[in-house]
Amino acid sequence: MNQAIVAFIVGLAFALGLGLGGMTQPQKIVSFLDVTAWDPSLLFVMAGAVGVHGLLYPLVRRRKTPLLESQFHVPEGTCINLQLILGSLIFGIGWGIGGYCPGPAVVSMASGQTTAFVFVAMMLVGMGAYHLAEKFLARQK
Amino acid sequence: MEVVWKPLFGGVLIGLAVTLMLLFNGRVTGISGIINSAIVKPQKDSGWRWSFIAGLVLGGFVLVALNAEFFANTTGRSLTEIAIAGVLVGFGTAMGKGCTSGHGVCGVSRLSIRSIIATVTFIAAGLVTVALVKWFI
Repeated sequence: MNQAIVAFIVGLAFALGLGLGGMTQPQKIVSFLDVTAWDPSLLFVMAGAVGVHGLLYPLVRRRKTPLLESQFHVPEGTCINLQLILGSLIFGIGWGIGGYCPGPAVVSMASGQTTAFVFVAMMLVGMGAYHLAEKFLARQK
Repeated sequence: MEVVWKPLFGGVLIGLAVTLMLLFNGRVTGISGIINSAIVKPQKDSGWRWSFIAGLVLGGFVLVALNAEFFANTTGRSLTEIAIAGVLVGFGTAMGKGCTSGHGVCGVSRLSIRSIIATVTFIAAGLVTVALVKWFI
């Protein structure tokens, strides 16, 4: 229950950060990716977020456990595989086309815009399609 | 200077938010992963995932109340293009196990080699895509 309250506050703060940073305006993403009409907003958002979290991450990890959980659930893998590269490539293509990443798209549903709902619905379809493909490939082995 | 401090402040807020998630819940705030594990491939004890998503949406309502311009969409992309983009983003983030938040913010912050490579890859793919879209449309 307490973890749910923390997650709720984190979600709320994250959404406000995205909005203030301009990340819920797809044109800002598209312009960040457009060298001919460059908008650096995304760079400053990343700088702020990575600056703060990069500084605080090692401090938090000095603790043996988190405050409300028995252990940290942080991915420790270092394997650079095809899924990582190909998946990121496919994500980047979609990101450039739509100007939405998953977070801003979910936040944007609150505006009632059709584009946000269509994007999120199709994103779920894409995630489902990957899991089906994964299951299919696993069965072939 | 507003073009600098506003995004920077937004970023700082995001950095603090993901640090709280780590400190209290011991979790990485990867939004594509949270959505995936709450809805598409439901995991046990997803209560915190759902309340995170609810927080995101409530944040959206707060933004709408403050200024609807937060959601200005002037890219001119058609609904078909948005739909294609959605499928690619969903498929790609599921395959690459992360998006801008999980790899770009959380992973890069802890200097994860996987996340750094993922972030460089999706930004490069985005740059090429936007150039191609401009060229052909």
